[in-house]
Amino acid sequence: MLNRRSSIAVTALLAIMGPAFSQAPTGKVTVITSFSKDVTDPIKKAFEAANPGLTLEVQNRNTNAGVKFVEETKSNNQSDLFWASAPDAFEVLKDKKLLQAYKLKAQGIPEKVGAYPINDKDGYYFGFAASGYGIMWNERYAKANKLPEPKEWQDLAKPAFHDHVSIASPGRSGTTHLTIETILQGEGWDKGWATIKAMAGNFNHVAERSFGVPDAVNSGQVGVGIVIDFFAFSAQGAGFPVKFNYPSVTTVVPANVAIVANAPNKAGAEAFVEFLISPKGQEVLLDPKIRRLPVNPAIYAKAPKDFPNPFTDKRFQGMMVFNVDKSGDRTAIVDTLFDQTISFQLADLKAITKQLHELDGKLAKKANPKAKALGDEARALIGAMPVSEAQAAEKDLASAFTGKDAKTRRAEYEQKWAAFAKENYAKAKAKVEEALKAAN
Amino acid sequence: MAEATGIAAPVARSAQPGSAMMGHWLAIAGITGFLGLFLVIPVAMVILVAFQDPSSGAFTLVNFADFLRNDLFLRAFGNSFYVSIMSVVWASLFALPLAYFTTRFEFRGAAIVQTLGVIPLIMPPFAGAVAMQLIFGRNGSINLLLGDWFDINVPFMEGLNGVIFVQSVHYFPFILINLTASLRNIDRAMEEAAQNLGCSGFRLFRRIVFPLAMPGFIAGASLVFIKVFDDLATPLLLNVKDMLAPQAYLRITSVGLKDPTGYVISVVLIVFSVLSLFVASLATRGQDYATVQRGGGGLSKRRMNPAQAVLAYGVIGLILLLVLAPHLGLGLLSLATIWSYSPLPDGYTLDHYARVLGESWQFISNTLLYASLAGLIDVVLGTAIAYLVLRTKIAGRHWLDYMASAALAVPGVVLGIGYLRAYYGVSLPSGQSVTSFWFIIVIALAVRRLPYALRACMAAMQQVSVSLEEAAENLGATKARTIRRIVVPLMTGGIVAGFVTSFATAAVELSATMMLVQNTSDAPLAYGLYVFMQSPAGRGAGAALGMIAVLIVGLSTYLSTVLAERDRAAKAGSTS
Repeated sequence: MLNRRSSIAVTALLAIMGPAFSQAPTGKVTVITSFSKDVTDPIKKAFEAANPGLTLEVQNRNTNAGVKFVEETKSNNQSDLFWASAPDAFEVLKDKKLLQAYKLKAQGIPEKVGAYPINDKDGYYFGFAASGYGIMWNERYAKANKLPEPKEWQDLAKPAFHDHVSIASPGRSGTTHLTIETILQGEGWDKGWATIKAMAGNFNHVAERSFGVPDAVNSGQVGVGIVIDFFAFSAQGAGFPVKFNYPSVTTVVPANVAIVANAPNKAGAEAFVEFLISPKGQEVLLDPKIRRLPVNPAIYAKAPKDFPNPFTDKRFQGMMVFNVDKSGDRTAIVDTLFDQTISFQLADLKAITKQLHELDGKLAKKANPKAKALGDEARALIGAMPVSEAQAAEKDLASAFTGKDAKTRRAEYEQKWAAFAKENYAKAKAKVEEALKAAN
Repeated sequence: MAEATGIAAPVARSAQPGSAMMGHWLAIAGITGFLGLFLVIPVAMVILVAFQDPSSGAFTLVNFADFLRNDLFLRAFGNSFYVSIMSVVWASLFALPLAYFTTRFEFRGAAIVQTLGVIPLIMPPFAGAVAMQLIFGRNGSINLLLGDWFDINVPFMEGLNGVIFVQSVHYFPFILINLTASLRNIDRAMEEAAQNLGCSGFRLFRRIVFPLAMPGFIAGASLVFIKVFDDLATPLLLNVKDMLAPQAYLRITSVGLKDPTGYVISVVLIVFSVLSLFVASLATRGQDYATVQRGGGGLSKRRMNPAQAVLAYGVIGLILLLVLAPHLGLGLLSLATIWSYSPLPDGYTLDHYARVLGESWQFISNTLLYASLAGLIDVVLGTAIAYLVLRTKIAGRHWLDYMASAALAVPGVVLGIGYLRAYYGVSLPSGQSVTSFWFIIVIALAVRRLPYALRACMAAMQQVSVSLEEAAENLGATKARTIRRIVVPLMTGGIVAGFVTSFATAAVELSATMMLVQNTSDAPLAYGLYVFMQSPAGRGAGAALGMIAVLIVGLSTYLSTVLAERDRAAKAGSTS
């Protein structure tokens, strides 16, 4: 505490003494982050070496606890920076006016990585590293369970993967949310949800936090996880028998840093942001325990040979254009739809999917048009959503989730959507059972 | 002075009721103030949302109507209830043999068995979960071996039955600790009288010993019931989402959403917990469990014949092996290089311990300090509340108990947010915010773990005969002196049991801590563990830190048990 007070005093003094001295900020810079020690320790070391006089105080909190902390302590804010992956957390903070705009001095950072803008358009938060979404699998598990190599999202819907796949709930993991939104925007609302549900029928579970997925894959509790790339790379770095593929439809997302409004050490905070984007800071990201993709294209010259480069690699260039505003407006609706029709109905969904796989097996051996038609009807019932894309964009629905001037409460929608899914799955089950009888 | 009081007895007695009443009211004011400031007000400030219309902010009960209209929540309520009941049944089956054999018989290694029996309570966050999956999971050691040998897979950790299994392994020590304390207090003469009348074996246990130990059993069983009903970590570890506590947690901790439902569920959890406590209190109401002779006095414990001994050691060995398997897994994980989809790790190393001990001494000493202080606060408050509830006739005294116990149902993150909301603006004389002073973490731990100590103290007090206090007062002792010299010493076993449960569970608390830690140098071990466990390379280090927590708690428990035993023996010696 004393340190901070004196640092404020020193900064104030320097400000009075003139601009020449205020160039080199000093004191403690407090950062709230969801990043693990393996990520923060090397960066802290490099930052302090590059900025003598500044020390970085790292406070680890999961993203949500961090957002709540900044919100609850705004009356007398003591945090300088917010540093995390999920762009939606930064959107929330920005909406609540808890961030401070800043204009970057650093040069050489492109506007976009893949199809995603690196920096917030209003200058409230800044991407410092990119990450792509993909499929991670445990080699030992795959061998023991004879799983083929998963390459595309659609592969995960195949019978071979039934009960072997794990994902984090998009409502609990900002990065998973972006993956779901990528599929919805890439394939269209109706077809996208059908793809997602076909995959979901093979899920072993829906994890409640991002790191739960790589954890389960690393220890071999599930074979395949839908994860952000650095989870797989850092697991490889730690020696786990895991591999990773980017599917052809994916998106790269920046991890961000932002200055908290009324930061006690504003100059120090700015120095940290500039450091992260500087060549020195970007280079630390190549550390095998961190393995994130730098946003400065020049750094890739120093990267190891197999390191993916989103600025030149074809896989990333082919990625569809991602509409950030569209995604932002319907975040809560998409997440709630996912939970109500998939997460909380997973047992039913899995049971029907298993029967559908069985039916496909029978039909492959002996064609039966009637059974096939029933199977298709069942698939249509499973894929159906209680809300169309147009409805999801309507103001009344959105307001139920923000709580502003809502005519209908969120709880009412949830109950309606869950009942819709339950009823459809029951109907689908009846169809599949009929089809299985017909196929015999 | 003591003699003077004795001589002035008649005078003192006439003055006593008034001063005793004063003391009672002061104690009530102090306890209510503490709970009001650090439990009721902060929590109320957060869960107020449950009673507000989401759009207008006006008072409403419509959110509760929505709760009752929601299939998922009703199913979740049913599931939580079922799991809690079944967990009590299984936890009792684990705890009864351990408690009975080690207290009522000459049993070598009783202190070690009782210590090992407390360990399952310490399931370090995240690391414990990973270890549990590596042992019992669908591809854990046991299932991989079973698959190799017999081609079968046992779903230990799937669905509601998985939750029941893990919860009963995790929380049976609540019953063990309280039952052990209770059993120790039963007069050996009761058993001898029954034996003289021809009663033996299981009938003796069922008709004489167990009924007399009822206060301890009820204390433990109600803790298990409420704790399982309110627990969110285990269902989430097993990915079971259709239970109440995980539903509340998932909603409260979603980023940036304004959603009253999570807080509605919290209110439901709190109300239901208090209600089940009330039902549990009916089970012991109107019964007298007190015995004048304490803890078997100078009489000897029963002896087992060789066949019985083999059976008893066999049963206890098996139970311990089962309930300690997760910790065995944790130990292996902390020594493992890589452990993935194989019955045992690929290789072993001490690097994780080197890394943890190099970086994390601060975490360890902070944890010892915080958890001991929290445990002390809890037994002081627990004893005071137990005395007020059981020995005075003050109207509404039961609400002290209910209020303190409601803390069990408050999710840690709600308490943490409540502290920030209520006290962030309040400064200490130094200018520092109250919420960034380390002692606030101690208070949060004390409030969260108070129900454990309280149940233990209540059970102990129920077994103290009022006639002993009356005797002391007739001899001229004041109320305060009676409490200090008669009541508290007679309750020692229960107080130690309360301290151990509070201390042990406070040592691995994370959810409230995570909101309140504002300085790495003030952080306890659980926070360090969280930081390690967020990356693949930190898993071994996290497990090593978890093992250190287990060792600390194990050692403290062993010391407490030995001290309690020595104290009891000394007292028994002085009375005979």
